[in-house]
Amino acid sequence: MANIQERLQNKPYAEYAYATRPSKMTLFWRRCLIKQIYMFFKLNLKIMIMVVKGHS
Amino acid sequence: MSKVLVLGAGISGHTAALYLKKILGKKHDVIVVSPNSNYQWVPSNIWVGVGLMEPNEVKFKLAPVYKKQGIIYKQALAKSIHPEGGGETDKPFVKISYVEEAKQGEEEVVEFDYLVNGTGPALNFAGTPGLGPDLFTNSVCTYDHAAHSWKNLEVSLTKMENGEHQTFLIGTGHPMATCQGAAFEYALNIAFEVDKRNLSHLADIIWITNEYELGDFGMGGAYIKRGGYITPTKVFTESVLAEYGIRWIKRAGVQKVEEGKAFYELLDGTYHEQEFDFAMLIPGFTGSKMKAFDKADNDITDKIFVPNGMMRVDADYTPKPYEEWKASDWPEIYQSPEYDFMYASGIAFAPPHTMSKPMKSANGTPITPTPPRTGMPSGVIGKVVAQNISYRIKTGKKDHPHKASMTKQAAACIVSAGYGFTKGQAATMTVSPIVPDWEKYPKYGRDINATVGVIGLAGHWMKLFMHYMFIYKAKAKFGWSIIPE
Repeated sequence: MANIQERLQNKPYAEYAYATRPSKMTLFWRRCLIKQIYMFFKLNLKIMIMVVKGHS
Repeated sequence: MSKVLVLGAGISGHTAALYLKKILGKKHDVIVVSPNSNYQWVPSNIWVGVGLMEPNEVKFKLAPVYKKQGIIYKQALAKSIHPEGGGETDKPFVKISYVEEAKQGEEEVVEFDYLVNGTGPALNFAGTPGLGPDLFTNSVCTYDHAAHSWKNLEVSLTKMENGEHQTFLIGTGHPMATCQGAAFEYALNIAFEVDKRNLSHLADIIWITNEYELGDFGMGGAYIKRGGYITPTKVFTESVLAEYGIRWIKRAGVQKVEEGKAFYELLDGTYHEQEFDFAMLIPGFTGSKMKAFDKADNDITDKIFVPNGMMRVDADYTPKPYEEWKASDWPEIYQSPEYDFMYASGIAFAPPHTMSKPMKSANGTPITPTPPRTGMPSGVIGKVVAQNISYRIKTGKKDHPHKASMTKQAAACIVSAGYGFTKGQAATMTVSPIVPDWEKYPKYGRDINATVGVIGLAGHWMKLFMHYMFIYKAKAKFGWSIIPE
């Protein structure tokens, strides 16, 4: 997403210029296979528990 | 022997039909009436819309599945409900009109003991002049719309490869449209595909929405615990859009579309225009256009349905200001208050009010998202309705042991933000409950520990995993019922 991100950042005072943006470290963790495999199981488990609890 | 008639074979109706047959077995008839010959897994239409999946990968034929399960299937359109019977019969019935080729136009009366209305939304493109795939905008609401969108998107991408600048306008195409999530992920996927081709310098991608703030998604927004702060989904959504280089227009009600130009009104009452080369705008939704008649053939449509065609259920429809809305306004068992053998599930039930605070422009135009009902609550409601009807048939009792209020149910939404086994990503969002309950959770309206908003590759894997898992389940293959909704 590097190209588009740079283009928008070059317009100060535009509404989107006030939005938070991910750091390089955040972007790294988002694609880090070890962390993402852990997140895959963690999120799936969380969703399964929510589904089961959500109706009687 | 009881006859249960299910109208519609979308996520909710199909789920209800499968559970009804599983619980009731051969002793009772389950009949499905749907004009569509295919089941479609709607959440994957986004990938059809960017050319990464073929329509055949998101749909399958319903007839063989129903035949195997012992469900009677009629490819037809339900025209009218007669809950008190009529003519020579006292039994409730629905008049249908066949759409399958062999019987096209043929009408039939289908009697029932219990009815599940799972007809889903009618896409009201006519509600916004110029909107829709037959006119000036695209849609990803169905697999054929999504395939058509991809053809047009391909034209824009080719123009960009030849050095031409393109403006993409994605979002809501009606002041009271819902399904922001689907449009949002389409905008992100377009940005991803444009960037993948190194064409982002030639693209202006604009998100246009009727939300008061980004991240409202028709559910009044949410709060997420992240990085040591409790942040509103506004921050989360703005961050994702900025990261993907998408600018936005919020509080906008699209009034009209012409070739290459959308006309919209803002909440402050001002009118604007936005030019585009490619637009995908979600239409307003209505219920099906079914009529209802009593025994003497008097029109009782107003008693059964609200004016937009969605069915009245056990909700509190008393008009009241936003400040007085309560969790108890929302239905729990989706039963018609007029006829206790009729139920509505999924998008077909009429919500008591919106979840987002109603807003009107300075000119009096309502500009507010209507409540979304994504696949997860639609499936859960379909299952609960099936369980309650089966219980009534088997025991002869009139109570409802199973409940699924949207003020107690949680929902997960996985927003695709790019396709690829190692390079894709998606935003995974969970909220609990779906409808904010400010009495139970006075601080944030929901259980803050159950609310999640994370972006990453895992989200893409989950969306892909769910695509295969839910199509497997919908085909009623071995062990389908142990897969949750």
